[in-house]
Amino acid sequence: MKLSDQFEQRFHAMINHYPTKRSVLVPSLLYAQDELGYLTDELIAEMAQRLDLTDLEIRNVISYYSMLTTQPRGKFNVQVCTNIACMLRGGEEILDHCKRKLGIGHKGTTRDGLFSLEEVECIGACSWAPAAQVNYDFHENLTPERMNEVLQDYRRKVHQQENC
Amino acid sequence: MADLVSHPDEVKIVSKRFGQGATDIDRYLELDGYKAVQKALGIGPDALINEVKNSGLRGRGGAGFNTGMKWSFVPKQSPRPKYVLCNGDESEPGTCKDRLIFEHDPHSVIEGVVIAGLSVESHVGYIYIRGEYRYLSNIMQKAIKDAYARGFLGKNIFGSGYDFDVYWHGGAGAYEVGEESALMESLEGKRGIPRIRPPFPAVVGLWGGPTIINNAETLASVPHIILGGAEWYASLGPPRNGGTRLFCLSGHVARPGVYELPMGYNLKKMIYEVAGGIADGRRLKAVVPGGASTPCLTAEEVDVPMDFDSLMKAGSMLGSGGVVVLDDSTCMVKFALRTMQFYQHESCGWCIPCREGTDWLKKTLARFHAGEGVKKDIDNIQYLAENMLGRTFCPLGDAAAMPTIAFIKKFRKEFEDHLEGRPCPFEKEGVVKQLPVFA
Repeated sequence: MKLSDQFEQRFHAMINHYPTKRSVLVPSLLYAQDELGYLTDELIAEMAQRLDLTDLEIRNVISYYSMLTTQPRGKFNVQVCTNIACMLRGGEEILDHCKRKLGIGHKGTTRDGLFSLEEVECIGACSWAPAAQVNYDFHENLTPERMNEVLQDYRRKVHQQENC
Repeated sequence: MADLVSHPDEVKIVSKRFGQGATDIDRYLELDGYKAVQKALGIGPDALINEVKNSGLRGRGGAGFNTGMKWSFVPKQSPRPKYVLCNGDESEPGTCKDRLIFEHDPHSVIEGVVIAGLSVESHVGYIYIRGEYRYLSNIMQKAIKDAYARGFLGKNIFGSGYDFDVYWHGGAGAYEVGEESALMESLEGKRGIPRIRPPFPAVVGLWGGPTIINNAETLASVPHIILGGAEWYASLGPPRNGGTRLFCLSGHVARPGVYELPMGYNLKKMIYEVAGGIADGRRLKAVVPGGASTPCLTAEEVDVPMDFDSLMKAGSMLGSGGVVVLDDSTCMVKFALRTMQFYQHESCGWCIPCREGTDWLKKTLARFHAGEGVKKDIDNIQYLAENMLGRTFCPLGDAAAMPTIAFIKKFRKEFEDHLEGRPCPFEKEGVVKQLPVFA
């Protein structure tokens, strides 16, 4: 399977960091997922072959980590934290607002494939709650209005790319 | 990216380089960077361990074990390589301090890892950063690369003849991996299932080799101890609780943020003066003093020094430094439910008391909050939680049970107010939101 040069570079750098090959598995899967959108059967087979593991062993690891997925997701994965610190400052309202605004529920994807929504556990932004992550970007001290702007910014980003 | 705050009572040690551009290695060197490692190279392992032991530094991840003591458990002779593992899988709800250390002062963590390595004669260290913190792992990767380029890492560090390698490692979303044995499993490329102990990691750890595992804040404190001396560091806090702590104030306070305060700082003062008191003129109801897994304190119990021993005496724990403040608009049943929902989601399922316990507690609490609780449930919740304590490989089961028991004991009346069809008195619309009862 052909993977990007950047992925290969990272993979080959990492593999020398450990006495066992399979240690690179979790960070590599995440890097691959960032590029492919989700962990495809082909990718799983490729990793199994590279690391002398079975497909099943890889799937076993994937199912443990909440960030890893074998299902396609939207281009922007909106992850709203509703854990205690965010809950106290309106995290649930932010989640409900996103549900209404995007017309999807937890782990849903919009029809245009632009956004996915996920209710997530603590993302380490407790002192700046409520917070959400869109892919890897943190958005903190949110209000429903601020959340609208955040979503709008991502929409705009895509339109700009399309017009280029 | 996260906003920094400041208060005159702060004693900035771990946070002294925050906002100073110390991610840049030249700037870090200007700010006394890498002096501690060079000093440590001339001290020798036993003296290093003693220095850290005498400083009273205790694990900042939550357990509060004396760091130097932990290091001293690593055998001198080992047929397998020894390792240092920095735990940056910060996921305890209420905690957001390691994030600031990685963001503003990544080299201090590297320095701490190297010093820990010198003290046990190890030659490899790993810095594990949770997957959600991608921007921080980028910062850390650059910091490591810069340190290699200067000869601070790799072969013959600082021309001392000592070799030491540091690598970063990334997670992919799992609270449980913050537990030391699960952390090692994860680094080995497996599911983060905890290992039975003994043997402890200091004897049998990563790939079977003796391994030191410390929280990022613990390791970032070490260089300051080496430079400032054990006596100075110990004197900052009460006996056996040396130094300062990054306290993450969150919830219903006027000025939430991460403040570095001396160990033993009064909690009441922390809430009312440092964090500006309760927001919107409401009244304090309860405090979760050290992350979601620590038993809550009621408003009457907050006049307590924030150090490991005092909190233990008060029936709670200092934990990870995540101080979550609740005002009188908070429904404790709902808060208990959300806490349990988290543990149920994060339980790996390896140990039955935790897997089944968290699930049943979640279902019972959800039913309760929906107004369908019966009186017997209150005792059942407590009984079930008490029977999870100490019956699992890792402390996740305890972490779920301890706060639940405290909620029931301290806010029993509020649970009774939810009984038999009575609507939750705290829901704004006056109606209970429909919650999945047997999802």
